[in-house]
Amino acid sequence: MIRPDFVKARISGDHHHFKDHQNEIRIFRRRIAFCGLMVLILLSVIIARFYDLQVKNFQSYSTQSDRNRIQVRPVAPNRGLFFDARGKIIADNRAVSTLTLTVERVKDLEYTIARLGELVEITERDKKNFYRALKWRRRPYEAVALKYNLTEEELARIAVNEFSFDGVEVAGQLVRYYPYGDLFTHVAGYVGRINEAEQAGFSKEQLHQYAGTQSIGKTGLEKYYESVLHGEVGQEKIETDARGRVLHVIDTINPAAGKNIELYLDAELQIEARDAMQGRRGAVVAIDIETGGVLTLLSSPSYDPNLFVTGISEKNYRLLNTSRDLPLFNRAVQGQYPPGSTIKPVLGLGALQHDIVTPQTRIVDRGFYQLENDNRLYREWKREGHGDNVDLYQAIVESCDIFFYDIGRRMGVDRMHAFGSFFGLGSQTNIDVPSERMGLWPSRAWKKRARGLSWYPGNSLNMSIGQGDVLVTPLQLAAMTAALARRGEFVEPKIAKKIGDAETEKVVRSVYQGDQANWEYILRSMRDVVHSFRGTATSINKNLNFTMAGKTGTAQVVSIAQDEEYDSEALSERNRDHALFVAFAPYSNPKIAVSVVLENGEKSSLAGEVAKRVIIAYLEAYESAQ
Amino acid sequence: MHNKTDFIRRLPDSGAHFSKSESMLRRVHIDLILLLLLVALTIFGLLALYSASGESLSMMKRQLVFYIIAYCAMFTVAQLDMKSLMRWSPWFYGIGIVLLILTYFFGVNAKGAQRWLSLGFIRFQPAEALKIAVPVAVAAYLSVRMLPPKFGQVLLGLLIIALPAVLILKQPDLGTSLLICTSGLIVLFMAGLRWRFILGSLVMLLVSLWPIWHYVLEDYQKRRVTTLFNPEADKLGAGWNAIQAKISIGSGGFSGKGWLKGTQSQLDFLPESHTDFIIAALAEEFGLAGVLLLIALYFAIVIRGLLIAWQASTTFNRLLASSITLTFFVYVFVNIGMVAGLLPVVGVPLPLVSLGGTSLITLMLGFGILMAISTESKTKK
Repeated sequence: MIRPDFVKARISGDHHHFKDHQNEIRIFRRRIAFCGLMVLILLSVIIARFYDLQVKNFQSYSTQSDRNRIQVRPVAPNRGLFFDARGKIIADNRAVSTLTLTVERVKDLEYTIARLGELVEITERDKKNFYRALKWRRRPYEAVALKYNLTEEELARIAVNEFSFDGVEVAGQLVRYYPYGDLFTHVAGYVGRINEAEQAGFSKEQLHQYAGTQSIGKTGLEKYYESVLHGEVGQEKIETDARGRVLHVIDTINPAAGKNIELYLDAELQIEARDAMQGRRGAVVAIDIETGGVLTLLSSPSYDPNLFVTGISEKNYRLLNTSRDLPLFNRAVQGQYPPGSTIKPVLGLGALQHDIVTPQTRIVDRGFYQLENDNRLYREWKREGHGDNVDLYQAIVESCDIFFYDIGRRMGVDRMHAFGSFFGLGSQTNIDVPSERMGLWPSRAWKKRARGLSWYPGNSLNMSIGQGDVLVTPLQLAAMTAALARRGEFVEPKIAKKIGDAETEKVVRSVYQGDQANWEYILRSMRDVVHSFRGTATSINKNLNFTMAGKTGTAQVVSIAQDEEYDSEALSERNRDHALFVAFAPYSNPKIAVSVVLENGEKSSLAGEVAKRVIIAYLEAYESAQ
Repeated sequence: MHNKTDFIRRLPDSGAHFSKSESMLRRVHIDLILLLLLVALTIFGLLALYSASGESLSMMKRQLVFYIIAYCAMFTVAQLDMKSLMRWSPWFYGIGIVLLILTYFFGVNAKGAQRWLSLGFIRFQPAEALKIAVPVAVAAYLSVRMLPPKFGQVLLGLLIIALPAVLILKQPDLGTSLLICTSGLIVLFMAGLRWRFILGSLVMLLVSLWPIWHYVLEDYQKRRVTTLFNPEADKLGAGWNAIQAKISIGSGGFSGKGWLKGTQSQLDFLPESHTDFIIAALAEEFGLAGVLLLIALYFAIVIRGLLIAWQASTTFNRLLASSITLTFFVYVFVNIGMVAGLLPVVGVPLPLVSLGGTSLITLMLGFGILMAISTESKTKK
């Protein structure tokens, strides 16, 4: 047997070392066995480890693996729409293309936005909104909108380049749209992006519901009916890869769309009211007497609510906010004006009911009124007075202040307060628009509380002609007029007629019955305000093919000293009297009640013209519908 | 003539055909058992790779070409005569060292390391060649000595190992350097290195751990170790691979999610799923059952290799066969241990399964040598 190693050893000169082969092989084989054992042990360790991971902790890792790939994405419900009484859309959802970024997938945000800026116009405001939205609570891999309303051209440019951007996507989105522009702003309101304060105020359930929603009702009906308009959030279980790319949808729970709301509002009537206002400052409210439904609610000037939907620019907002005409201010439900003589029919009725006056009561009107132990002269708007033989009818038709001063003195604040309250003065009408003001219908308790003073007899005189501390909103005036037309039944005004399929409830708040003869007397007086040649609104009765009832009113903006005369020329435009008019029609079968306030409008007949146009438009439409 | 063939045909020896085919295999120097095991592993590996690569056919084609080259290399080396290999071993070793030095000065820089040497038309890693050359050199040096080796011989053996190891460490390539040390040290160990040497060095190693940690290891290397013990500390950074590998393995369960259905690897949550971390992808799709099958194949190959070493006819063959086999096992263990979170992350591919040509060819060269040794011991009996 040849032993090459031995031979080699001799060749290399190591022949003095004799190899002990048996020993060498014994050691070697022992070590092989040792290594075999080690291999076995180490493999056992590995197997034990895999057993631990794959069998003992399978559940935990399986869950983690699913959590890696499966994400639950909220699906925003479609917001309910508004329709006017004739089925025209007042608030719509319009599909727009939105450029979105998923920041988790974008490597260099600044750079990407800069590059996108070369394709589409991205304003500083877009960027600011985007970075602000980034700070809000967000799910991982949730896309954030960078620019709304992409044009076809922009879409095409992005589509060509989309592949070079990771995390950039164009998403179809429904965005609120108000097709009538500024026409319904103060009643329908608008939606805007959910802001931090709103988000912070969300309950746990709301956070869940709004997880996929971008905007929320900020004002008007949009805010008031937010809970029914929003709908129920849906869910999409999606599988994504490590880079957040959506591979497919595993499971979907469809969102439930918000309910559509059908309104009493009539777009054509609203347009008529706006046109009649001719851009003047003020408010018009029209109420359907039968139901209390609000047919028109206009505050002028207005603004385009679409500006607010995706975030208004600071410049535009500043313009609106600092305008002297206060376009943001909702005059119809928040504007508080002295009602002036418009409340005389109510107080006249009260005086009749309390037997303070009768149809036979006559007074002498020399143009001023005086209280005992008081030197002050309470003046009449007509300097020379209404004559020696003024009764309640004449006092309403010609709007005689002296007669009502006398009523005020004799009736007293307590009875006036109680009676006026039946007609909604001094309290909210509970209309379905948020932030309604309640006006002011004074009482002893109020004066003590607010001014720390007791009630003076002179206060009653001012109150009786709707001046002094008395304040009403145009909406309150319309509701009051409707209650007069219904002969004492106060129906809460409502804008929504149907929510989904359910009719809204008609709420009759109070009923004041009274003597029918007294009602006849007061309403007839109101009719003759318009239709008698001596009436204060006689100028509007031309070309009327129906009979209507109304009452004019002017309200002082600045107080005139008792010896001074009101001189409109000397007063700056903003200090001139407000012009008011309330009316209902037709007289015998009342359908519509209207109130008009023209700020610094001076002549209540102007306000009467506006009311007339709205009434005509309504009755014509009503008749043609019959 | 006619009669003769008839006579042969009638020969009543059923074993004749078997012995004939066996002798034929021996003539082409093939160890049938080892070959079958390797082929089984190759097939399993290709299946796993096809899935882990995202069903990439181009990647499969490349890998197939590598397998063909590797198998050819194995068959070629299997024809080698061990005596000449031993005789030429100083040359191999010397050339390897020269190439390493050349790499140190003229190597191609890639990813912060200088590991490749370019000859214009071809680029290769000299370190790979040393994976074979070092154990061969140590085995050749020791096999002609009186064993177990004496202190001076051990020192010289260590020097043979340390020279290339340091050069490779400088590239820097800690993983390969350690594996080359391992393959050389195994030869020393199998040559009968005395236990007192072994224990002594282990004590010294423990003592020097502190200075090594502070003065030798780079920051990224330290991070790999700290990540091992607390992967959650840096979930999206260094810990990501470790965490995702564990999730992949664990979510496979016993029977796996099914071939091509592993969500972790298919959806890119598991990084390096077709290279170093391929066992995690395999464990996800084939479950513990698949892992056990894979480990069984590795175990069988190692046992076969140790058996060849056991039966080897010369000291050189014994030492070399055992080193090749055990180094192979170390590869397997280090890779699986690293993916399973038992060892720090070092760049060691899973032998014969991970994508990649260089290490595959080196490994198959080793198996070629094993086959040559196996053939030699059979013919000499």
